[in-house]
Amino acid sequence: MMAARFIRNVRLGIKTLLLHKMRSVLTMLGMVFGVGAVIAMLAVGQGASEEAFEQIRRLGSENIIINAQKPVGQSGSGTMQVRMSIYGLLYDDLDRIEQSFETVVRAVPAKLIRGQGRIGGRTLELRLVGTTPSWFDLVKRELIAGRVMNERDMDQNANIVILTEHGARRLLAGRAAIGSQVRINQGFFEVVGIIKSESTQSGTMQTPDQDIDAYIPLNVAIERFGDITVTRSSGSRTREKVELHQLIVQIDSTKHVESTAAGIERMLTIFHPKGDYRMSVPLALLRQAEATQRTFNIVLGSIAGISLLIGGIGIMNIMLASVTERTREIGIRRAIGARRKQIIGQFLIETVVLSVTGGLIGIGIGMLIPWLITMFADMPTAVTLWSVLLSVVISVGVGLIFGMYPAMRAANLDPIVALRHE
Amino acid sequence: MKPSALTPPTLRVGTSKSVIELASVWKTYRMGDQDVHALAGVDLTIERGSFWAISGASGSGKSTMLNLLGCLDRPTSGLYTLEGLDIASTDDDQLSDIRLRHLGFVFQNFHLIPQLTVQENIELPLFYQGIDADEMSERACALAERVGLSDRLTHKPTELSGGQQQRVAIARALSNNPSVLFADEPTGNLDTATGKSIMELLAELHHQGKTIIMVTHEPDIADYAQFRLVMRDGKIESIDQNAEPMRSGVST
Repeated sequence: MMAARFIRNVRLGIKTLLLHKMRSVLTMLGMVFGVGAVIAMLAVGQGASEEAFEQIRRLGSENIIINAQKPVGQSGSGTMQVRMSIYGLLYDDLDRIEQSFETVVRAVPAKLIRGQGRIGGRTLELRLVGTTPSWFDLVKRELIAGRVMNERDMDQNANIVILTEHGARRLLAGRAAIGSQVRINQGFFEVVGIIKSESTQSGTMQTPDQDIDAYIPLNVAIERFGDITVTRSSGSRTREKVELHQLIVQIDSTKHVESTAAGIERMLTIFHPKGDYRMSVPLALLRQAEATQRTFNIVLGSIAGISLLIGGIGIMNIMLASVTERTREIGIRRAIGARRKQIIGQFLIETVVLSVTGGLIGIGIGMLIPWLITMFADMPTAVTLWSVLLSVVISVGVGLIFGMYPAMRAANLDPIVALRHE
Repeated sequence: MKPSALTPPTLRVGTSKSVIELASVWKTYRMGDQDVHALAGVDLTIERGSFWAISGASGSGKSTMLNLLGCLDRPTSGLYTLEGLDIASTDDDQLSDIRLRHLGFVFQNFHLIPQLTVQENIELPLFYQGIDADEMSERACALAERVGLSDRLTHKPTELSGGQQQRVAIARALSNNPSVLFADEPTGNLDTATGKSIMELLAELHHQGKTIIMVTHEPDIADYAQFRLVMRDGKIESIDQNAEPMRSGVST
C-alpha cells in the first residue's frame, strides 16, 4: 500500500510538472547538460587512458628498459671528416646487471643494425635486431609460422633470421617463408620463423614503414656487423661505436621494480659518466599515467560538480517559484489535514522527478556523444558503468538536496495565511 | 508519508453531549508593539447535531473563531476541548490528524485543487488517510451522488459552475465523516438561487444529524441555523436560538 501511495504521488508529481511543460523542460536542461557532459568527458578520457595504459602494459610492468642514447654536444674524436662517437650500453653491463641483483630474472640485450634484405629481385630496408632467445620469452609476440630463436642457434652461431609478419609479407611476397634464404647485407640468413607485427596488435595506428624488424642471434650480429656503423651524409662520414642499443631487464616481481631500477641507475652512473643511456620503467610510467588520470578525474569532477550545482540551483529556483504560485493549494492540503511531512514529500517528489528525468536524458546524450566521436573522429572512447550509475545517484541527490529548501518552505506555510493567498 | 495513525491523545468521538467547549479563550496577536485581542475571553458550548451561524462585523473575531474551532490555530490562553480532547496540548502533526479525521471544511472560494479531477478532489482527505484506491473511489462516488454530481467525476473544477464546485467541496468535507462541518461564507461567491440550493444541502445535512458551524454576514443565510451567534470586539455579543430554522427556502 505504501508503494501504491508512492506511485500515486509520483504520478501526481509528473502530472503537475506536465502542466508547465516548457518550464519543466527548461528547468531540466541544467541537469541534462551537466550529466551529459560528465559522462561524455569521462568516456573520452577513459578511452584515451585505456589506450595509454595498454601501450605501457605491453612494455611489461615487470620490466625495466634501458636504451642507448647519444650524449648531446659530444664533439667526438678524429678529424672533421671522420668522427667517431662511442656511446651506449656495453656487453659488460648485461653481465653486471644480471649478476649484481638478486631480483633480476634476466636481462635481454638488443643490438640494432640497419640492413637491407634481398631475395630474388626484391629488397627491403630492415632493422636487424641482434638478441638472445630470452627476447621472445619476454616480449611474448605471437608466433605465426616456424619457430623462434633457441639456445642452439646461439651455440652454433647459426645464420638464421626471424621476420615479422609485416616484413615477411613485403619481402617474400608470397614465397614459402620458412626455409627461404634471405640475403642481408653481405650474408645469407635462413628464415626460421615469423612473428606477429607489433603494429597489428595495437590496431588503429598502422603505418606500413613501421615494424620491419628482423631478429638474428646476438653473437652472429657482433661477428658479422661489428660495433661500428658508418653514416654518410652530405660528404662527411659519421662513425658510431655502440655495443648494445637496448637492455630489457626483467624483475621477479612488480614490488621490486622500483628499488631495482634505482640500484641499476646507481650502478650505471658509475660506468657511464657521460650519461649515454636512458632508463624507462613502464611501471613508473603506468603510475604516472594513473596519477595523470586521477588529476584528470578531479578536474572533471570539479566541472561536473559545478554544472550539477548550477543545475540544482536552477531546479531550486523554479521550485521556489512553484511554491509561491501554489501557496493556496498548499493551504488547502494543509487545511484538509495533510501533515507537513506529506507536503515536503509532494514537493521533493516533483524535484526528484525533474532532476532524474534530466539526468536520464543527460545519460542518453552522454552516451551518444562518445559514440559519435568514435564514429567520426576515430578516437577510442569508453563509457564506464560507474559513471552512469554515479550520474543516476547524483541526479537523485541533486533533486533531494535542492528540493529540500522549497519543500520545507511549502510545509512551513501557515495554512490560514496560505488559504487567504490569491 | 506514512498514513498517520492518530498519536496519543485520541478523540473520544460521540461520548459526550457537547462536541466543542470553549472556556475563557483568548487569542492575542502582536501587531507592532501593540497586542490585539482577536478573541477576548470566549465561553461557548456546542452540542452534537446543532447548526450554528456566526456573524459579526469585520474585525469582530468571527474568522479567528472559525480558524480556532477548525483546529487551524490554537488559543493563546483558555481551554478548547474538542470531543473531549484539550487542543492546546497538541502538536502540529496531531492537529493535522484531527482536521484529517474529524473535521470538514467548506470555503467561500471553494478551494478545490485545479489540477485534480472532481473525484480526486473528493478523495483527497481519504488519500492522506492512506485509504486504498478501491475504497476511496467507492466512497467518492457515493458522496458525489449525495451532492448530485455523479456525472461530473472526471471533470476538472474549472469546468464546473460555482454551485457545482461548492457541492464538490461539500462532498470533500464529508468524505471523512467529520464530527463537525465548518463552512466559511459558503454562499459568498454564489448567486442567490445557487446559494439557496447550497444552504438547503447544508440544512439537509444538519437534519441528518451533522454538527455544522458556519460563518456568514448575511442574515437570511443565518436563518438556516439553529443558533445565531453574533461576535463583537472579540467577544460573544449575543446568541439567539431560532426555533424554526429554514430548511427548504420557505420560512415556516
